Amino acid sequence: MMQRLLAPLTLGLVLLFLIGPFVIIVAASFSAGDTMAFPPQGFSLKWIAKVFTVESFRQSFGTSMFLAIGGTIAALILGIPAAYAMSRYRLPGAETVRMMVSLPIIVPGIIVGLALLRYFVIPLGVSITAALFVAHTALILPYAVRVVSASLANLRSDMEEAAVLLGASRGGAFFRVVLPNIRGGILSAFILGFVTSFNQVPVSLFLSGPGVRTLPIDMLGYMEIVFDPSVAALSSLLAFLSIGIVFAAERFLGFSRYV
Amino acid sequence: MSDTSFLSLENLTLAYGKTVAVEGLNLEITRGELIALLGPSGCGKTTTMRAIAGLMAVKSGRIVLDGRDITRTPANRREVGLVFQSYALFPHLTVFENVAFGLRLKGMGGAALEEKVMGAIASVGLTPFARRKTPDLSGGQQQRVALARSMVMEPKVLMLDEPLSNLDARLRLEMRTELQRVQKQSGLTMIFVTHDQVEALALADRIVVMRDGAIEQIGTPEEIYNRPASGFVADFVGFENIFALRDGHLVAGETEIALEAPPEAAGLAWRPAAVPLGQGPFAGTVRSVSFAGNRREYLLDTALGPIKTEVDAALPAQGLGSSVSFDLPAAAAAPLRRFG
Ligand SMILES: Nc1ncnc2c1ncn2[C@@H]1O[C@H](COP(=O)(O)OP(=O)(O)OP(=O)(O)O)[C@@H](O)[C@H]1O
Ligand SMILES: [Mg+2]
Repeated sequence: MMQRLLAPLTLGLVLLFLIGPFVIIVAASFSAGDTMAFPPQGFSLKWIAKVFTVESFRQSFGTSMFLAIGGTIAALILGIPAAYAMSRYRLPGAETVRMMVSLPIIVPGIIVGLALLRYFVIPLGVSITAALFVAHTALILPYAVRVVSASLANLRSDMEEAAVLLGASRGGAFFRVVLPNIRGGILSAFILGFVTSFNQVPVSLFLSGPGVRTLPIDMLGYMEIVFDPSVAALSSLLAFLSIGIVFAAERFLGFSRYV
Repeated sequence: MSDTSFLSLENLTLAYGKTVAVEGLNLEITRGELIALLGPSGCGKTTTMRAIAGLMAVKSGRIVLDGRDITRTPANRREVGLVFQSYALFPHLTVFENVAFGLRLKGMGGAALEEKVMGAIASVGLTPFARRKTPDLSGGQQQRVALARSMVMEPKVLMLDEPLSNLDARLRLEMRTELQRVQKQSGLTMIFVTHDQVEALALADRIVVMRDGAIEQIGTPEEIYNRPASGFVADFVGFENIFALRDGHLVAGETEIALEAPPEAAGLAWRPAAVPLGQGPFAGTVRSVSFAGNRREYLLDTALGPIKTEVDAALPAQGLGSSVSFDLPAAAAAPLRRFG
């Protein structure tokens, strides 16, 4: 009897903890009151509308978009050849690279951010934007390598050999045969990288300067000063954006096969 | 190198790192020949083909094709075709685009390309499928796409790695005829790999039997079938009773029997059908009987070890354990140059 109750109870608790905060935030963003509160007081869209009028949100949204898109593209440009080389050739340092590539997942982001600030930005005079770009590229790279590796593993290497025997060069075979067949993996890596970068807080925490900060950091800063529900509204908007992207990706690409 | 040789492998040694897969292989193939590479798993058939195609570096020796040493020529400039066992089709492309792939790389386009590609597709009977993506095709159809894709390039040598092994029995027979027709029609020089002696005997002009990375025997299907050079080849082509000879005596364990054998023979081999049952000087007991349509197959326990024989199924069956006589007529045996 006990056991039969335990399973649904656990499941219910897990769901509550996973979805609960999300429900509260979404509800709070439609509040008519002036402070973030749950249950919300009345219903209005004014906080959703206010999000679009806050100048710093617009700026940091731009920064975050730039980092997420640019950083992901940079990570893919580095990651695709790396994944390809590791899957096709027995390289002497492949194991080391594989480990290095997973380091950013193990090393706490806050250390990366601090280290970049202390030993990259301050002594070398590198701009905050450049440092953020490097940090986000490095952050996404492991995901890019792993996701692309997974789709390369499903691809038989004799296809490239067949292309070579039909007259293609090694490079030609890569662009004509390999790339088209790992499109799904590359797109999945892009989405995963984008979402990871966009939601990144610890690495970006130390890397903010006048007029340059990522959206999540900006939201933190905003909340310290103003306690109206506009941050909740912005969070809801971002959450729905992420869900939309992932849902579309799953629907059209079978995203979960690669992650 | 003889002057009729079109493709020569001269003292070829191939290795994966320190593992030597093929050693000191010599083979001469004339233009338009259909060659079967026959041998057990791991004997180096695929390795040899990959070396000819340029997909694997040669450790030592030479490959000469059409008068040109291609030992170090990159794979994409050898004009050699290879149909992979897995077909290796490009799944993101249609049948048409698969077949057009190599021609496009050569810069061909427009009506000339269309005509040539559709011609190749028609020659393997796939015209209605030209615009389909290849993963939507059956195994046999995929294989024909792979064949057309290689043939349309008009390679100097076309190689096929176990082309029929992924097909069911009926399709296999159909594709066998198809391959033979295509080869005779195009005059292509072809090499195909097989495990299956029946396939090799039916298709090839010459059979190359390989063993442990070396050639055991080269010959026409008749030669291989009737005059195997060694016990290994004999075993591969269905001789089930194989014995060593010493000083004109058949040797089987402790037993020696005087026989009239060719003086240079190191062994003798009999097919089951060449061993008469119910007559002759030897005695044995029936260990097992199996019915095989028009024949009945017996396994006998004898002083020479197990003997296999088969006789007309119309004759009355011998019961298990019954004593029978049998003969090993020297005239019906294939003499072996090597016993092993
Ligand atoms: N990639 C490889 N690395 C190391 N050894 C290999 C490799 N490929 C093949 N070999 C070895 O080389 C030898 C010949 O292999 P090969 O694939 O040529 O045999 P095969 O005659 O084609 O066999 P099968 O009939 O099973 O396809 C075998 O002993 C095999 O273990
Ligand atoms: Mg093989």
